[in-house]
Amino acid sequence: MTCTSSFVDRGGPAQPLLLLTGLKKHFPIRGGLFGSTVATVRAVDGVSFNVRKGETLGIVGESGCGKSTTARLLMRLMDPDAGSMVFDGEAVGQHVATGGITLKEYRRQVQMVFQDSYASLNPRLPIEESIAFAPKVHGVSPSEARARAHEILAAVGLAPATFARRYPHELSGGQRQRVNIARALALQPRLILLDEPVSALDKSVEAQVLNLLVDLKEKFGLTYVFISHDLNVVQYISDRVLVMYLGQVVEQGPVEAIYDRPAHPYTRALLASRPSMDPATRRTEPPLTGDPPNPINPPSGCRFRTRCPFAEDVCAAREPVQTDMGGGHEAACHMAEPGSGHSQAGRLAA
Amino acid sequence: MSEILERPMSTTTAAATPLVKVRDLSVRFVSRDATMHAVNGVDIDLAAGEVLCILGESGSGKSVTLRALMKLLPKYARVTGGIEVAGRDVQAMNEGQLQDFRGSDVAMIFQEPMTALDPVFTIGQQIAETVVRHEGSSRAAGMARALELLELVQIPSAKRRLEAYPHELSGGLRQRAMIAVALACKPKLLLADEPTTALDATVQIQVLLLLRKLQEQLGMGVIFVTHDLGVAGEIADRVAVMYAGRVVEEGPVAAMMKAPLHPYPRGLLGATVHGGMRGQRLTTIPGAPPSLETLPTACSFAPRCELAEPACLAGVPPPNSPMPGRSARCILVPNLP
Repeated sequence: MTCTSSFVDRGGPAQPLLLLTGLKKHFPIRGGLFGSTVATVRAVDGVSFNVRKGETLGIVGESGCGKSTTARLLMRLMDPDAGSMVFDGEAVGQHVATGGITLKEYRRQVQMVFQDSYASLNPRLPIEESIAFAPKVHGVSPSEARARAHEILAAVGLAPATFARRYPHELSGGQRQRVNIARALALQPRLILLDEPVSALDKSVEAQVLNLLVDLKEKFGLTYVFISHDLNVVQYISDRVLVMYLGQVVEQGPVEAIYDRPAHPYTRALLASRPSMDPATRRTEPPLTGDPPNPINPPSGCRFRTRCPFAEDVCAAREPVQTDMGGGHEAACHMAEPGSGHSQAGRLAA
Repeated sequence: MSEILERPMSTTTAAATPLVKVRDLSVRFVSRDATMHAVNGVDIDLAAGEVLCILGESGSGKSVTLRALMKLLPKYARVTGGIEVAGRDVQAMNEGQLQDFRGSDVAMIFQEPMTALDPVFTIGQQIAETVVRHEGSSRAAGMARALELLELVQIPSAKRRLEAYPHELSGGLRQRAMIAVALACKPKLLLADEPTTALDATVQIQVLLLLRKLQEQLGMGVIFVTHDLGVAGEIADRVAVMYAGRVVEEGPVAAMMKAPLHPYPRGLLGATVHGGMRGQRLTTIPGAPPSLETLPTACSFAPRCELAEPACLAGVPPPNSPMPGRSARCILVPNLP
């Protein structure tokens, strides 16, 4: 197979593939007589994390937490208001002369798979043309691009002889999602962003696609950023997990640490909200009350304090900082931070 | 709240006649190009105060079955079979009778509250309208009932929320408001079509627990359609698993989730990702559900089943019952008297 990544690994294995610092994206809400800004949606508000080479980073959170905006910023489908992005040691969107990587080159190495498998394919193109489109844009000859499309179709489990000339409406949801994955692979990227890739699929098909993603990662040496609201799926596929709430990262760390020793009260509640899968041990009280607040006017201090059972005065007064819990496990909670002024401060520290 | 809870319970008659009795229900959608056999011979029994989950993937016929119970299917749907709800023959009802029947005897909640609620009326008006229409009470009495109902479904600052329009509420509150509309006339039967699928995890569990509590308080029968095994495990007494328009397995939820009889729910259970499966390969069900353009004449699951044998293609397997209360449409399941 000739599909292995053709890009040179510049920084070596220790250099994070993607380094994000202080990423912000605010959307103004215009109104009033002269269209002045009346409010701001703080969709992503100071997010920093890195993606290591060869890992799967899972991002979980509820609707409105900013996970999809984060994905669009990562893909540079929109420009961040603040913050920096460094891809394998090169600043994204800056001139090559100043040590940067152009957006065109960046997007060749970073590809995305969306949730809605139908809306993300051109209904008027046979699927082999959809897959061959991007390589042609990047200068591959049409015949070679088509040959490569056939190879990739086979790799995602769709026999080219049967499927190559089909249109998206002639495929099932699971097959269409395989086509989307194939299209993402066509440029031989190093990083694939998966934004809720299995959420719209039935359970039996979801398992097929998850198995395929695991296989492709190994075969092509890929790195994934996997965004989902399904905690079980994220636990299954991720090496490290990032938990977001109202535009900020509240906890991150290795998957075992997050699921076995969650530190942030929000992470604990989120995990406890999963159906038990055992009718004998049904829950009687919901772990949290209320809905996530509106990101237009997020609460002061810790944004989770309005739903947090442990909230105290300090939580309203001051924003918690990311506190290291050991082993790369960090939580942004006053209870994790020794000397924060919370009555249970430092109780969670490692 | 007290008035709503003091519903005259007709428990004496409930034991004699089941709340829902569906026999050999079939639904075909006929168009010029094709006929879709969406539901192919479904039997359902529901006792008063019981919660039945219909579990199935998209296209299995679960939502069509639910809509048939309220005669909500479009005109071009050909519905055959017997449907009895609260002792009344639903199929024989005319428009006028249906209007009385819907809302008072049976009510439905949907997946998407934003499309089920009317955007130009306040929540209070929508609840009061139902009460006025069915019980002939005054508007003021209707609004008073609306307030009670919003408190019943645990909407905070209920009084203020009466004046709110659907778009002013969050997703979880909107879903609670829709439940309040459905409960306005104390239905005997509540039909729920994936009511928690669009909700966030922390909100989904709140709504599930609320529904379970209301069901117990009001003694309603509930038929709950879902594709999520975990949701069924939280709310159901009994589960009916549908595949290609037929119920392939039926039984108490705990027994079904512990050891399914039919290979399809067994595969489904194995394919559902849950904690502690990291690093393992997921078991999958190969292939995809059949097209329902032709009426299945054999076991519909046989082409995807690893245990299939020639006998599976001989005819539609009958519901075999190896123990009281459980059955599966699989020839490998013994039928014990």
